[in-house]
Amino acid sequence: MINTLSSILILAGVFFYLAGSIGLLRLPDLYSRLHALTKADNLGLGLLMAGLALHSQDLFVMLKLLLIWLAVLAASATSAHLIARQARRQETGS
Amino acid sequence: MTELFILSALGLMLSLFLGLLRVLHGPGAGDRMLAIQLIGTAGVGILLLLNVLLNQPALLDVALLLALLAAVTAAAFTGQQETHHD
Repeated sequence: MINTLSSILILAGVFFYLAGSIGLLRLPDLYSRLHALTKADNLGLGLLMAGLALHSQDLFVMLKLLLIWLAVLAASATSAHLIARQARRQETGS
Repeated sequence: MTELFILSALGLMLSLFLGLLRVLHGPGAGDRMLAIQLIGTAGVGILLLLNVLLNQPALLDVALLLALLAAVTAAAFTGQQETHHD
């Protein structure tokens, strides 16, 4: 039961990763690419980690996975803001 | 379970490769930086899968370090662009 659930979560995570990278390749401009990328970052990694945490069944490993996920969330939110603001500044030329 | 992990790691490798294509011909520096961000998180995912596959708990720490350094790259990129712009 737990194995099935964790397999489903991991596969869903990989699906979001692939969807995000295809979006990164196919979408027309930087802002929509930003949208695609944050899906891969937050949701893909989150689902993957949920699956791995279920698989590990060890509290220490689960807490460490949570810590990694929070670090990635903070990093991706910060960098998305920074990159978008940078692009906006260059567009308006100020 | 092992097959699933190997398959997932291969899927993440594919995602990493697609990100490299964007690095190769992304029109602006911002696009390239976004792709680098994707490569970083895909790397974290691969490390987590390898941690289970190879039974190497130390890889969790490597993934944590990679996640922490990802924030620094974007900050350094923007700072460098700003000083270059002025």
